[in-house]
Amino acid sequence: MMPIDTEPGTGGQPLPAEHKEPPSSRVPAEIVMKLWRGDAGGGEFVEYRLPAEEGEVVLDVVHRIQAHDAPDLAVRWNCKAGKCGSCSAEINGRPRLMCMTRMSTLPPGEPITISPMRGFPIMRDLVTDVSYNFEVAKQIPALRPGPKPPEGYRMAQIDIDRGQEFRKCIECFLCQNVCHVIRDHEEHKAHYAGPRFFVRLAELEMHPLDTLDRRAYIRERMGIGLCNITKCCTEVCPEDIHITDNAIIPLKERVVDAAFDPIAWLGRKIRRRPSPMSASEVAALGAAARSEASGGG
Amino acid sequence: MSVLQDTSTLPDPIPVHIGGVRGGPPRSEVLRPDRWWVQPLVVVLGLLGFVVYATWAAFRNAHYYTAGMPRDYLSPFYSPCIVSSCPTKVVWGPAGNIGAVSPALLILIFPLGFRLTCYYYRKAYYRSFWASPPACAVADAGSTKPGGLRASYTGETRFPLILQNVHRYFWYVAVIFAGLLTWDAVLSFRFPGGVGMGLGSLIFVVNAVLIWAYTLGCHACRHVCGGGVKLFSKAPVRYRFWRSVVTPLNSHHQLFAWSSLIWIAWTDLYVFLVASGTIHDPRFF
Ligand code: SF4
Ligand code: SF4
Ligand code: FES
Ligand code: FES
Repeated sequence: MMPIDTEPGTGGQPLPAEHKEPPSSRVPAEIVMKLWRGDAGGGEFVEYRLPAEEGEVVLDVVHRIQAHDAPDLAVRWNCKAGKCGSCSAEINGRPRLMCMTRMSTLPPGEPITISPMRGFPIMRDLVTDVSYNFEVAKQIPALRPGPKPPEGYRMAQIDIDRGQEFRKCIECFLCQNVCHVIRDHEEHKAHYAGPRFFVRLAELEMHPLDTLDRRAYIRERMGIGLCNITKCCTEVCPEDIHITDNAIIPLKERVVDAAFDPIAWLGRKIRRRPSPMSASEVAALGAAARSEASGGG
Repeated sequence: MSVLQDTSTLPDPIPVHIGGVRGGPPRSEVLRPDRWWVQPLVVVLGLLGFVVYATWAAFRNAHYYTAGMPRDYLSPFYSPCIVSSCPTKVVWGPAGNIGAVSPALLILIFPLGFRLTCYYYRKAYYRSFWASPPACAVADAGSTKPGGLRASYTGETRFPLILQNVHRYFWYVAVIFAGLLTWDAVLSFRFPGGVGMGLGSLIFVVNAVLIWAYTLGCHACRHVCGGGVKLFSKAPVRYRFWRSVVTPLNSHHQLFAWSSLIWIAWTDLYVFLVASGTIHDPRFF
């Protein structure tokens, strides 16, 4: 019930028993791996059997299958070091990076299932089309620093440190895939940022030079109220970003300041602080910055 | 009323293109071989267990204070006892008449509201009671068939769940309650003829410590006390409090949510056992 046994990469969550197996010596002689083979028209799990080798990660085994038994297997990868975010898949039903999942951490002797991320459209076999995320990324109003002072911009170290955790994101989109708002409620995709982009929005909102106030935008256009803070994004993040605690909840609290807290409202009136920027205003500024950056208008 | 804008009618609609066909095994198929249902089950049992106990304790309306004993123990479920039915020796009191109604029923509204709107407990009951989702990569209950139980999901955007946003107001009250329980812990050292210490005093101290650890680790506290400032460098005191007190406690919020919950029930039970004469409270000095 309480997380005592935690490890980096689990977002502070208790480890399920399958991840606690002691390494190497337990790896049995044979691996049984069931890979999802198929495309938009359908598919099925196909079983492959191959001898185990010492010190492998799941991606190594998938590559061996590709090299010997299934040369037409589609699998996306790049760095094999947990840094490019390409090899996201569902291993035994849990969203994970194939290159960062050691075979020795999976239950020995039992078949291992590898399926594509089920939150995104499939291309073929283990490869999904994650372009939806890049569409959402375009909706995030970029950093908008104030006018540059003559001596240049200056930031204090503690103000920069704060967003450092968010900049670790490798855009594997495992969090977007596991988030039930995206995964189970297709109807919300058009107006929901998802955990990866809440991380981005938190980074911007906490940026010492930024002058935009995205709070109304985050509530009305990015749909933060749809997140019910059930923390699955945090549980799967391979970079151990505490997405829910450090990004989403602080954003929710900022939204409360702007929209739900009468004392904060009164404080703004008394101290003559500006009202929160409207979502349309922020959207318009974001769109203008985008077209400027792309050389238009 | 939804707070989400209808994006189709906006002058600057969000051009998110959603296309393609999802692949892989159907979403309704749970591929996790681990016992993912254990955690929600434990949470359901734990929370139901507490509700059953708290109901009994609140309606008991007796043996919540060690009346007529050389002890000054007041059950946390009945603190502050400010109504006329409270024993006269209790420091808080009497300020109003509520007849035969148990004072706990009035008092518990605040801690209950605090915990119901707590970000951790929200996670716990959304997962375990709502099954939304029951576990990660396990589909939301009912979401896999059209027109199913959770076919239309609105999260915390509508009434009543939009009210979760009042959490910080419950936190303001919770700070007062933490102060009161601390005072009760101090009074538990009051013995005939001066200062003393019983097993009960120890239980009260642990109770106050756990309540503070839970209350100061609150996410709303983390925002109000420092997280909400844009420039830490301009607010060094709030930054230090945020960094060295609230954030470390916050990262164990789940632990303190459970330990303080269990301990407060145990403190009440202990007072009941002593006050009803069932057990004798050992005195250390
Ligand atoms: S905490 Fe929120 S964003 Fe993260 S997975 Fe859960 S619902 Fe999605
Ligand atoms: S926040 Fe974590 S899980 Fe989400 S895309 Fe970034 S690295 Fe991946
Ligand atoms: S291959 Fe780059 S993260 Fe796995
Ligand atoms: S978040 Fe748990 S008490 Fe506030």
